[in-house]
Amino acid sequence: MTTAPALTDRGNAPQWQRIRTVENPWVRKGLAAAALFYLLWSTATLEINWARVADGVPRAVDMILRMLPPNFSRWSLLFRGTLESVQMALAASFLGMILAVPVGICGAGNLVPKPLYLVARGFIILSRTFHEIIVAIFFVKIFGFGPLAGVLTLLVSSTSFISKMLAEDIENMPPGQLEAIRATGASFPQLLIYCISPQALPRYLGVSIYRLDANIRHSTVVGIVGAGGIGQVLAASFSRYDYDFALAILLTIVSLVFVGEFFSNWVRGQLR
Amino acid sequence: MLEISGLSKTYPTGTVALKNVSFAVGQPEVVAVIGPSGAGKSTLIRCINRLVEPTSGKIMLDDIDILALSRRDLRRMRRRIGMIFQEYHLVERLTVMENLLSGRLGYVGFWRTYSRKFPPEDIKAAFALLDRVGLSGYQNTRADALSGGERQRVGISRALMQRPDLLLVDEPTASLDPKTSRQIMRILVELAHECDTPTLVNLHDVGLAQSFSDRIIGLRGGELVFDGPPEQVTAQVLTEIYGEEDWSATVRRSEDESNKADSPHSESEESMLRESLA
Repeated sequence: MTTAPALTDRGNAPQWQRIRTVENPWVRKGLAAAALFYLLWSTATLEINWARVADGVPRAVDMILRMLPPNFSRWSLLFRGTLESVQMALAASFLGMILAVPVGICGAGNLVPKPLYLVARGFIILSRTFHEIIVAIFFVKIFGFGPLAGVLTLLVSSTSFISKMLAEDIENMPPGQLEAIRATGASFPQLLIYCISPQALPRYLGVSIYRLDANIRHSTVVGIVGAGGIGQVLAASFSRYDYDFALAILLTIVSLVFVGEFFSNWVRGQLR
Repeated sequence: MLEISGLSKTYPTGTVALKNVSFAVGQPEVVAVIGPSGAGKSTLIRCINRLVEPTSGKIMLDDIDILALSRRDLRRMRRRIGMIFQEYHLVERLTVMENLLSGRLGYVGFWRTYSRKFPPEDIKAAFALLDRVGLSGYQNTRADALSGGERQRVGISRALMQRPDLLLVDEPTASLDPKTSRQIMRILVELAHECDTPTLVNLHDVGLAQSFSDRIIGLRGGELVFDGPPEQVTAQVLTEIYGEEDWSATVRRSEDESNKADSPHSESEESMLRESLA
């Protein structure tokens, strides 16, 4: 056993080394070697057909040449598709915002009894499990092609996203405020209105606006599997090799997403 | 009239917070509860309005058995019990006025809560209290813009808005500097006496307890080990509550306080308080 040196002792400094995440040097070096081996092995077993890559290059050049210049002559179709996408995004965001309130409250473990909490959380997890494309395919099978399937798809993802954020926001509230309002004899609805709503509202609105922006982007994607909007027009133009029209659509989507993002940032800036 | 008998609380983790605690508060007096951290002070006052459910025992407030109340009746009972917290626990994004009016939530309906349309007499009472605690003109300031001392004044006012029959106060000054602590304790004790409200206040500062309370209760390890007037708190009593330590400085300070108490002081303190807020 060593005795600690006096605080004033400046002589012979004791040894010190940093603590490594993996202490044993053999294990540490072994893990690094295994990672390197796996990287090399997985690259080697990928069957990359270099001949097909070489074939693809001129095709890509051809496609790009046929895309140029973008063709906006069918602008009314383009306009209708864009409008439909925006409408889908707006409807899904708005309904999602409303549905997310009860789901979010039930998903807050500090407010509701355990069974209700588990049901709400189960819904949130389940609807986040599947990618929107999968949900969209499902709804297209049930309700047929068109914007209804798209709105429902976006609605499911918006509700689960906003309610998850809301639930977590409520759970992270300092418990003291809830305790204080409960101690005045307030009822549960009053607690929601007077304590939780003022504390959670700004972030809830911010998340909802962010979701609107995300829905505009996603509405273009779900269209590709036939769920309406500009994405459906894009998928159709690609399958008909209308590359110049496809580029026009892509440019429209870029500007649409741009405007959406700009708008969402502006609104969230105002909320602070 | 508050009567506690055989109160015990064991948390699910196995921690025994209170062991067979019994005492009564019969008149409008300020009772300080002192004891080391973990002695069960917070648990004791939270059991009284059932923010913590006791394991066993009996709590009677004016012949109503608090532990036997249904949820609905418990809400009615909580309206009669004001509570003040160490960390103030104001709703941060609401204004001072809204925080004060939250003391009336037990008496108004859902729509009045939603639209903030409280009865005129409540608004009048709120303005009077703001003036009394030295916060006139602050009604539209948001709670998160206030200093610690100001927040605690709002906390005290919110509790008094309930026109309570009992005040429960949990470490009201632990987050404040010594001067603000004394100002807050003075306001609290003055208002408790003005409103004839029996008050139970947890304090970890023995000096504050001795200078501001009418009676002191000492807890150690969840057991009541002292109950008596502040003058009887001697070095021996403090050793009984907190354990062995040199208490001579603490006890002497309290004797100085009681000597000073004879001289007129509240006038100047009051004006000092107003100045510090201006």
